[in-house]
Amino acid sequence: MSERPNSIEVEGLVREFKKGPRAVDGIDLRVEPGEIYGFLGPNGAGKSTTVLMLTTLLPPTAGTARVGGYDVVRDGPKVRTVIGAALQEAALDPLLTGRDHLRLQSTLQGIARGDRKARSAELLERVGLSEAADRKVGGYSGGMKRRLDLALALVHRPRLLFLDEPTTGLDPQSRTALWEEVARLAREDGVTVFLTTQYLEEADVLANRVGIIDHGRIVAEGTPRALKAQIGRPTVEAEPAEGVDQARVEAALARFGELVGGSHHHNGIAVRLREGVTGLADVVRALDAEGLAVENLTLHAPSLDDVFLAKTGRSLEGAGDDGGGTEP
Amino acid sequence: MRLVASQVGALALRSVTRTARQPASAIPPILFPVSLMLVNAAGLDASTRLPGFPTDSFLAFALAVPFIQGALFSTMNAGTDLARDIQNGFLNRLALTSMRGSALLAGQLGGIVVLGLVQAVVYLVVGLAAGVDFASGPLGVLVLLAFAALVSIGFGALGCFLALRTGSGEAIQGLFPFLFVFLFLSSMNAPRDLIGVDWFRFVATINPVSYLIECVRSLIIVGWDVQAIALGFGFAGAIGLVSLALAAGALKERLART
Repeated sequence: MSERPNSIEVEGLVREFKKGPRAVDGIDLRVEPGEIYGFLGPNGAGKSTTVLMLTTLLPPTAGTARVGGYDVVRDGPKVRTVIGAALQEAALDPLLTGRDHLRLQSTLQGIARGDRKARSAELLERVGLSEAADRKVGGYSGGMKRRLDLALALVHRPRLLFLDEPTTGLDPQSRTALWEEVARLAREDGVTVFLTTQYLEEADVLANRVGIIDHGRIVAEGTPRALKAQIGRPTVEAEPAEGVDQARVEAALARFGELVGGSHHHNGIAVRLREGVTGLADVVRALDAEGLAVENLTLHAPSLDDVFLAKTGRSLEGAGDDGGGTEP
Repeated sequence: MRLVASQVGALALRSVTRTARQPASAIPPILFPVSLMLVNAAGLDASTRLPGFPTDSFLAFALAVPFIQGALFSTMNAGTDLARDIQNGFLNRLALTSMRGSALLAGQLGGIVVLGLVQAVVYLVVGLAAGVDFASGPLGVLVLLAFAALVSIGFGALGCFLALRTGSGEAIQGLFPFLFVFLFLSSMNAPRDLIGVDWFRFVATINPVSYLIECVRSLIIVGWDVQAIALGFGFAGAIGLVSLALAAGALKERLART
């Protein structure tokens, strides 16, 4: 085992599927102990395939990965003893109760018989399911299932936690509750968290560092602040009221900075302001002077979506629909 | 070893709990074979007057059939449950624990054996309540229960194999009628030597299900027919070994974990 028991170290990781594209195409990444690493990307980018490889459920085609100090190919059983995982689907048995699930999971994870009951109760309390513990899971809401899934992943006190799109489909309240719990795990228990998400806000709020993956490759990596700083200046996006004015609006905006390939809106033309936010007034005056009417004029502070846009030429929203990689 | 035993026990308990909580899957394996047996006993009672028929009670003769029919239901239930676990990702949850594949399979089968024994006891009680004399006595009952457990393992492992290969509950249910053909082409309704149609007698003779039924039947109506019992246990054991080997191989392939 290495001297970095809570870290994740990945080099040149590749996964090819038969008759398919490279779902993961040579990624390198490093997650420090106690860090929350957000793995951000559209559907089909290769996020879940990466998680399956790092959790030993899928052998890599090439490359190496060490999780918790163990090689995922050579030391699969050891890796499984130090990780917890909540995969994309909350894989629960609708006929069992929450407490049944925890009892089963704690037995399978080798928790001592005398400790199982207390550990189950503690986790049910922590995820706010004590009252619903003896109800069948089939009657749980999506948020309750996700919280139970998280509790199950924590039964054996893992040092590393993999969460694959843990808040997909959750209402804002449940999402926030889950974020708080994940943040607490990293902050108070020192758990290293590898979190995949397609939500920009989630990565921005929760992650210490973010890796952006597209078509199986990491296209950007760093702290959310550093990534946004790379983009630096805000963009202004104008949506012409008349489609025929598209070219004239584009020409007018081009005078204030570089045009950004792709935009948030269908007909929008976006420019990264050379002068920063103070250039906005000049843009408005220029459009007015040219007699160009716009339906919307939006100022965007740099976001992770801008980072994605800058690195891939596409907006993250809907980017998964263009025939990218294949998620298993 | 203790850990493996508790893991197997926990999975078996889950299997039993699941079945107990969905009567729609627990009741048919008991009700259907018993109903069919009673209908057959009423309709085919005249068969007992055939020269050479081994008993004067067709109910006693037919009581062997539910044991095997119930085991076939176990195949479908075991397979469907496992296929559902594959489809909804529960198998991945199990794969992420420290348990071995063999323990996982044993746990699945443990639940099937428990349910198989419960079914066997119900059939037995129904038979005794209907006036069937159990020729081999109390020891024979124990042998019968052991045989029911062995048959449950064999057919249950077959269900697990099919689930692991197809990953689809619908596929398992689609294969179920095919398995039933083996039952109907056996000696379930007549002793083999009294089957008049040559091809049917031939098929029944090469059909392992005939020997499973005849083992149970001998315990009920003959007593201690060593040959029938040995053939029954032999075929049940062989089916079990082959099914387990197939299921273990399919599990290894399905669990691509490192």
